[in-house]
Amino acid sequence: MKRFTYLRFEVLRTIRNRRFLIFSLAFPLILLSTIAGPNRHVIIDGIGFPLYYMTGMAAWGSMNAVVSSGARIAQERSVGWTRQMRMTPMSASAYFSAKIFTGYMMAIFSIVVLAIAGTAIGVRLDALEWLTMLGLLLVGLIPFSVLGIMFGHLIPIDSLGPAIGGITSVFALLGGAFGPIARSGILLSIVKWLPSYWLVQAGKSALGGVWPLQGWIVVAVWSVVLTRIAVRVYRRDTVRV
Amino acid sequence: MKVVSAMTRNISQMGTEKFGVVLLGNVKAVRGVTISIQPGETLALLGPNGAGKSTTIDMMLGLTRPDAGTVSLFGSSPADAIRAGVVGGMLQTGSLIEYLSVRELVTMVASLYPHPLKVDDVLRLTGTEEIADRPTTKLSGGQTQRVRMAIALVADPDLLVLDEPTAALDVEGRRDFWTAMRAVAARGKTIIFATHYLDEADAYADRVILMARGRIVADGPPTEIKAKVGGRTIRATLPDVDPSELSKLPGVMKAERRGDGVILTCTDSPASDTAIRELIARYPDARDFEVRGAGLEEAFLNLTGDNDEDVSDEGAP
Repeated sequence: MKRFTYLRFEVLRTIRNRRFLIFSLAFPLILLSTIAGPNRHVIIDGIGFPLYYMTGMAAWGSMNAVVSSGARIAQERSVGWTRQMRMTPMSASAYFSAKIFTGYMMAIFSIVVLAIAGTAIGVRLDALEWLTMLGLLLVGLIPFSVLGIMFGHLIPIDSLGPAIGGITSVFALLGGAFGPIARSGILLSIVKWLPSYWLVQAGKSALGGVWPLQGWIVVAVWSVVLTRIAVRVYRRDTVRV
Repeated sequence: MKVVSAMTRNISQMGTEKFGVVLLGNVKAVRGVTISIQPGETLALLGPNGAGKSTTIDMMLGLTRPDAGTVSLFGSSPADAIRAGVVGGMLQTGSLIEYLSVRELVTMVASLYPHPLKVDDVLRLTGTEEIADRPTTKLSGGQTQRVRMAIALVADPDLLVLDEPTAALDVEGRRDFWTAMRAVAARGKTIIFATHYLDEADAYADRVILMARGRIVADGPPTEIKAKVGGRTIRATLPDVDPSELSKLPGVMKAERRGDGVILTCTDSPASDTAIRELIARYPDARDFEVRGAGLEEAFLNLTGDNDEDVSDEGAP
């Protein structure tokens, strides 16, 4: 399985990168246990605080995982590796797919660890609800995977860390990952147009089914728009002499 | 574009009519370069910095598109040839990705090709066995270059394109590099390399293409090219001797006077050795000797005829 060899090394490279684990796993895990742990009996937005916060942290961590996986292209560009890869039979789409696959692997890992931690502080879901939550998270991560690849072609390598950290934190904050940003009014209707809002809602939605229509539309629109931008950015980057 | 052979797999041809709009000051990077390369040939693209070697190589590899003209590798486009895995390349600049050992990195790249060489064989060939388990970030410049070579070779490509492959190598690294390349050439592979060392082109290429200012200045076997650009000059202080006398010395092609000094031009270094011995023997008061190879840039400009040609008349799309 030659294809598998390449992916295996991509995943291995990611696991060996400590910074990666810190932002996609360690921070969310620490916040979950220190904030949701002591408040496990609080009810927030009609659901238990542990479930709300676990989903919030899973959203934030997995978002970090997929964005930084794509954004690593910036590092590979800076050392000329992407040009080297363009001389191999691997297509550009396969190269990007590998980045997205790796991001998802890390995201799933982070979600699973946070789910275990959530269970430890009292989250109780049945199998279908767990799977629905996981499924919604994975779908909700699509626009962020694309965002990562876009970053990989746009952001200079030395400002990549702060840019990823900043953007994912703002998305997470506005999406309500650290607590609801608004419960009603115009602010709520605005944040509902962010894909991160629906990531954070994945846990709550899983209790009663899936996202309402707006959730699917928001995720789809962001995915399509970001993909178009990413393709443009990529083309501009490769045509350049 | 010339059709050199009906057998598509047997020819690697690059035919172009005036391409390149890359402006480097007043000079277009590459203009009207037409090269046909036979399979199994080792071809050197020789030229000073800014001659257009890298641009030519980038076009061969499909990394840069010519504005006009075509590039064809084994009868197909560079993109198709690359997709078929028959092309391997090593660019002038570039480093390695992190968080892998040398062996892991080479294995990873090998997995992308249909018929790669064995990773261990490539590590041995490139002298990277001892550093195989070292992280790619803990290598010296020379070691990195060897690993980059391993990455280009592991594909076992029919056409290997190398842009100044030995620029970052020390003497030993250079020798090992060319030993490895000889092994590749011996297996009938086509090699194209860019260099600004005449000696390298002379020693390892079957054919040398001289480039200067985005153009091909000369194209032929190394001996022919060497005769054109391999000249050496001897400078010495020697008043009161007629240059026409000096030009009769063995090995001397041309003699000129500059004040008290004389400049003797010789075809190559054996000739200049002979000339300097004779010069000392016949004119004991000659002093301040200085022998040097003519710089490539200088030689090329001599070959192209002028130093300040206007390029605006052609090549503009």
